Amino acid sequence: MDLKVNSSVATPDERDAVNSVLGKPTQYSQGGIRNEQDLRISRAGEALRNLRHMLLPTLHAVNDRVGWISRGSINYIAQQLDVAPAEIYGVASFYALFSMTERPKRQVHVCIDLACRAMGGLREDQLPLGTHPSPCLGTCERAPAVLVIEAGDPARHEVLAPATPVEISALAKGAWPDAEANVMSATPQVATDSQNLVLLGRIGKVDPLSITDYQEHGGFDALRKAIQLGATGVIDEVNASGLVGRGGAAFPTGRKWGAVAGQPVFPHYAICNADESEPGTFKDRVIMEGDPFALVEAMIIASFATGCEQGFIYLRGEYPRAIRNVQNAIDESTKHGFLGDNILGSGFNFALSIVRGAGAYICGEETAIFNSIEGYRGEPRNKPPFPVEVGVFGKPTLVNNVETLVNVLSIVKDGGAAYAALGTDGSKGRKLFCLSGAVAKPGIYEVEFGITLRQLIDLGGGMRSGSTMQAILLGGAAGGFVGPNDLDLPLTMEATRAAGSSLGSGVVMVLDQSVDMVDQLRRIAAFFRDESCGQCVPCRVGTVRQEEIVSRLAKGVQSHDIELLRELGTVMRDASICGLGQTANSAIDSAINKLKVFAV
Amino acid sequence: MVGLATVFGAGGGTSSYLEVETTDLIVMWGSNARNAHPIYFHHVLKGIHNGAKMYSVDPRRSETAQWADLWLGLNVGSDVALSNTIAREIIHAGLTNRSFIENSTSGFADYAASVEEWTLEMGSKVTGVPAEAIRELAHALGNAKTAQICWTLGITEHHNGVDNVLSLINLALLCGQVGRPSAGLNPLRGQNNVQGGGDMGALPNKLPGFQDVEDDVARTKFEKMWNVTIPPKNGWNLTQMFEAMEHGKMKSAFVVGENPAQSEADGTHATALLMDLEHLVVQDIFLTKTAELADVVLPGSASWCEAEGTVTNSERRVQRVRKAITPPGNAHDDIQIIVDLAGVMGHTWKYESNEQVWNELRSLSPMHFGMTYSRLADLGGIQWPCFSEDALEPSFLHGRLWAEKLEDRGRLAPFSVVIDSPPVEKTTPEFPLRLTTGRRLDSYNTGVQSGGFESPLRMAETVDLSPEDAISMGIIDGEIVRITSPRGTVDAPARIDDGLRPGLVFMTPHFPNEVNTNLLTIEAIDPKSGTAEFKAAAVRIDKILKSDMRVPVAGE
Repeated sequence: MDLKVNSSVATPDERDAVNSVLGKPTQYSQGGIRNEQDLRISRAGEALRNLRHMLLPTLHAVNDRVGWISRGSINYIAQQLDVAPAEIYGVASFYALFSMTERPKRQVHVCIDLACRAMGGLREDQLPLGTHPSPCLGTCERAPAVLVIEAGDPARHEVLAPATPVEISALAKGAWPDAEANVMSATPQVATDSQNLVLLGRIGKVDPLSITDYQEHGGFDALRKAIQLGATGVIDEVNASGLVGRGGAAFPTGRKWGAVAGQPVFPHYAICNADESEPGTFKDRVIMEGDPFALVEAMIIASFATGCEQGFIYLRGEYPRAIRNVQNAIDESTKHGFLGDNILGSGFNFALSIVRGAGAYICGEETAIFNSIEGYRGEPRNKPPFPVEVGVFGKPTLVNNVETLVNVLSIVKDGGAAYAALGTDGSKGRKLFCLSGAVAKPGIYEVEFGITLRQLIDLGGGMRSGSTMQAILLGGAAGGFVGPNDLDLPLTMEATRAAGSSLGSGVVMVLDQSVDMVDQLRRIAAFFRDESCGQCVPCRVGTVRQEEIVSRLAKGVQSHDIELLRELGTVMRDASICGLGQTANSAIDSAINKLKVFAV
Repeated sequence: MVGLATVFGAGGGTSSYLEVETTDLIVMWGSNARNAHPIYFHHVLKGIHNGAKMYSVDPRRSETAQWADLWLGLNVGSDVALSNTIAREIIHAGLTNRSFIENSTSGFADYAASVEEWTLEMGSKVTGVPAEAIRELAHALGNAKTAQICWTLGITEHHNGVDNVLSLINLALLCGQVGRPSAGLNPLRGQNNVQGGGDMGALPNKLPGFQDVEDDVARTKFEKMWNVTIPPKNGWNLTQMFEAMEHGKMKSAFVVGENPAQSEADGTHATALLMDLEHLVVQDIFLTKTAELADVVLPGSASWCEAEGTVTNSERRVQRVRKAITPPGNAHDDIQIIVDLAGVMGHTWKYESNEQVWNELRSLSPMHFGMTYSRLADLGGIQWPCFSEDALEPSFLHGRLWAEKLEDRGRLAPFSVVIDSPPVEKTTPEFPLRLTTGRRLDSYNTGVQSGGFESPLRMAETVDLSPEDAISMGIIDGEIVRITSPRGTVDAPARIDDGLRPGLVFMTPHFPNEVNTNLLTIEAIDPKSGTAEFKAAAVRIDKILKSDMRVPVAGE
């Protein structure tokens, strides 16, 4: 296109970073050296438009190398990809991990979200010099958490949790977290009776980086069985299992797979939604860090069943170890013939890659993932058309959450009927719960559907000594609060729905008497204000107004403010196109109704 | 128009806007539509976003070329060479549409023989375009299910402009890319209602509805309706008029909505001829340079808001325009001016309304017959031809060529043997640079219509040159330089444009009062169309030495 590029020029470092993803430009019009050929021909058009999905990885490359996205590098990317600089600015500025202004190479992101706050973490107004606040880092079992990123070649990323204020200050001054200590502290935070573990069975027992170890522990058995069953056979088993999506929406997985498999338009794409960003959620991270091959195997099976030859794992940028381990699992699986052409002699070809998120809660919304992968701002799309028909790159797309996919392994191996025999009538099978907060043993708990809230907390060793329960957040910031009187609530989809709450992504965050509930609500309001993509007016404006009202209520309760907040919640719920706006008021609303926060 | 009329019998683009949106291949040849035809280019962009490939053929890597899948930067005036080379490649690769050629065209054998010498190597040598790129375009065209070949002044403003058009028509005939949905040939029109002017017979050889002046039956029909005798011979085109002025055979002129004093090539000469006329009348909404020379100026009305009537757009769509305000001051409706003139000349023309004029046209022009005012309003415009009040014709022309029966196909479309003919003016050691001209996005022709408003994009006239030439001549961006052709000299700031290659410079005609580019252009006329070779002059650029600069004197 006829680009208008201003006079800012990329530095050699920035050019090198861009070239590391896109290759050296071969034409003058793309930023190369002008030669004879350039005076007579040039190529743009479709060939370059088809590279648009390289924009996000390219921005990562620049941000990783120099720590920010300069105008010069935007110009250079614009020329290479034939995308207007303003458009690139729009995409880059959408993501929290990118900076549009120059900043130090060392960035210390301190989690200030619900779990960390409740566990004595720093608030946004308490951060030491050289650090800045971050939304939930998904390390709630070891709260409080901090992510440190240092730009360079290569860039370094590491999470430290739990982190004391002294340690956080040290990181800002140049210290680096001890990676070894971290691995140890990241290993199993799981249910006591490890004999029964299926989803988490290998975590902490196998070397997550070794494909041999994985195979010695039953790895790729399910894939072999799936190939025997054939695509339809696999879908039949998944249908029989009664498995529903574990990302929060609880859509029947088998029906989704069948719908994608039946689409006459090709290619089909498979996407694993690993953009786990719901505050208080960390189950997917634990799987990806501890058993990454399981996710890869499950993606291969899902794609085999639905006819996808290309898959993406959209993995949030705040999970450096998960990214490393899953990448290793992809590389090793490719090397051993589990990915690539003619997998295990089945004739099935499948390529899998990670798309690294760059800090945007909204990109956990399935259609926002499409835009993000395609190189656009991660704004959700209208539905219909539904992803199974028109998804990423406009083609039929399967989107499943990490936990959902991993469930498929045992379903294929042991049969759908065996899986369906577990759990309750309305909630089949096994579920991972992210237990955090003031319990003795926070962590991921794998349980059969049907246990009560009290039983789950008991599994976690009950309340931490000295703690008295004040409230429990179910389902994360988009979920809702319940009180100490609700402990007999069965943790099933039907029971929580009946109680006006939701299991959501499986968050069970226990807050004790030390927690300032008003502060929590202000944080929830700030979170949604910050993460709203701005596309729908009710959400863009509504989340700002909600935060203002909560702040006013914190100073003094006026009944008309409560009324206004309720009305605002209704407007956001009714008129936003995606779940973010629709649920932005739910936790706050439940706190007011059930916990009587702001009661006069 | 002449080329299309020669081959197909009607001088209009053969496709509709919607068809460029739904085609597989778009060839923009000698057209920077991104800047010069921005509305049409929106339709092109829709086509591109719907998956069409776009090729741009242009000496400059223009804004349009930058959208192309492949840009071919040919030498100025080597269009026939390129087209013939593409044709040979299509023929040799077996990509022609044989049944279409057999059933619907004539003269293929002679044409094929004439392009035989145009091997890729020879084509590449003459055009400067790498052989592989020519081959790619040839195969794209040969393999496309549907293709739209679009062109503008880069094709027509040459001494052999009609041959250029014919050479593109040849390509469409070769591949059967005309007369079908989404396949066609489209000259993009530069101006609102320029098509309408032709439709209404504002051509020296046509009566309204493209009926030939020299066709006795058609002429008699008009004579009967108007009760006058119409001269049975074709009139003069604009170029012939200027020749006639030069030879004293034409002594007066009535100029309506044109600015020939500034739009003609070799502007000094044109102005002198206009000044020598015994009587010059200009009817316009602006006091143009031509109007300044006139004995009488008749202020007309702005058709889009001060008059009732119709306009025709590039896709032959006739649309209603409605009067919203009264023309200011002494300005009058153009129809009224002409009726009044007729009255003074002793003919009493009585029209109750402009609609009555339109209905008179409908009764005389079969292709407009079905377009009543109410139907035009209801349908939001109607494309010609429209023969009946209760039916519409297909949105593309010449579908007859694909008819089953020979007798339904009408006159078969003839291939034309066209010979490569480089620009009249060669570059020489004295004038080593090739000057070509064109439009920018925010200005229009001589600036009469666009100079009156501010535009954030507008820059004053510049002479654009390649970075290499700028370096070799020691010229910096913005430096005022002197441009000289064998006909004249102008000064303009230099602008470095990397869309140009060494030896090629570019100017626009937009600011004739400051930089009169047409003092440089050559009046080498295509005898068939009367259009001058605005696209190819030889020039020299000189740095202006300090001693040449006139230093203002205080108090002067």
